[in-house]
Amino acid sequence: MGTTWKSSLPIRMDQGLKSELSKQGVFTTTVEELYNWGRKNSVWPLQFGLACCAIEMIATTMARYDLARFGAEVFRPSPRQADLMIVAGTVTKKMAPQVVRLYNQMPEPKYVIAMGACAISGGPFKQGYNVLKGIDRYIPVDVHIPGCPPRPEALIHAFMTLQKKIEQQTLSSEDRPRHLDPDAPSEFPIPRFGEHDLEPPSNPDVWQPPVARTA
Amino acid sequence: MDNQPYVLILVLLVGAVLFALTPLLLAWVWSKKFSPRKPGPIKNATYECGLESKGDAWIQFKAEYYLYAIIFLIFDVETIFLLPFAVSFTGLSVGAFVAMIVFLLLLVEGLAWAWQKGVLTWE
Repeated sequence: MGTTWKSSLPIRMDQGLKSELSKQGVFTTTVEELYNWGRKNSVWPLQFGLACCAIEMIATTMARYDLARFGAEVFRPSPRQADLMIVAGTVTKKMAPQVVRLYNQMPEPKYVIAMGACAISGGPFKQGYNVLKGIDRYIPVDVHIPGCPPRPEALIHAFMTLQKKIEQQTLSSEDRPRHLDPDAPSEFPIPRFGEHDLEPPSNPDVWQPPVARTA
Repeated sequence: MDNQPYVLILVLLVGAVLFALTPLLLAWVWSKKFSPRKPGPIKNATYECGLESKGDAWIQFKAEYYLYAIIFLIFDVETIFLLPFAVSFTGLSVGAFVAMIVFLLLLVEGLAWAWQKGVLTWE
């Protein structure tokens, strides 16, 4: 066993052969495609709103925009049953540890959509003292949506982007997603309240500060 | 088959058990093969609202609000019963009258008790 089964197990198939067969009316698929097809159409978001973006998130799930078309209408009130965290709104520094803890309590595979200007960067409160300048400082974000707040169409677009991302994840190669990698962490360190700021101010494994241009 | 009519039931039983066990077995094999278990202290925590649980659930509650419940009964709920009592007073039988008086006296006793306890004094 060990590493040998990866090459022996035919998880991926030749794309040329596949298209040739489909021309002859033979539908073929792989375990990987079936797995990802099932996963991308049953993403259950966490019922979790932080600020005004949550109103747009709620509107997205309602009849007019109908997120249920994408298999994601089941908003779960418990992180144990959710796959997707939509960080909808301003993450204050008081709230950031709770957001990270909720994320840690979600089972793998888990995904994050950072919704709105506040969640991705701090937004209009970026210069303020009590707002986190982007939740991607502590947890890995899969899709960022700008906007203040983003319209439901934008959230749907982000969701479709996430579905495309899930669709392309591999089962066993080197770049397989985190939840299939036994060495990748499942929990991320929770920041603590320091004297002036959260400690640490960011998780260096997840986020590195951009290099300042001095020209 | 003809002389063993219960064989069919046995076959169906085995089929039913396999129908239930096969998906479980497949899920188990899948998780062994691909998806590693990743438990952790935060993930396994009992409380799941984002906040850390602290302290003990075996705490004492102050039960002082029962006084408000009694006063509410005396001054609010009693009125609801007094109004129909007054409207149909002339047509009531002796038994209904006595029952109502017993009810009123019970509440008056509660009022006297609350008065004596000093609940009616505004602080």
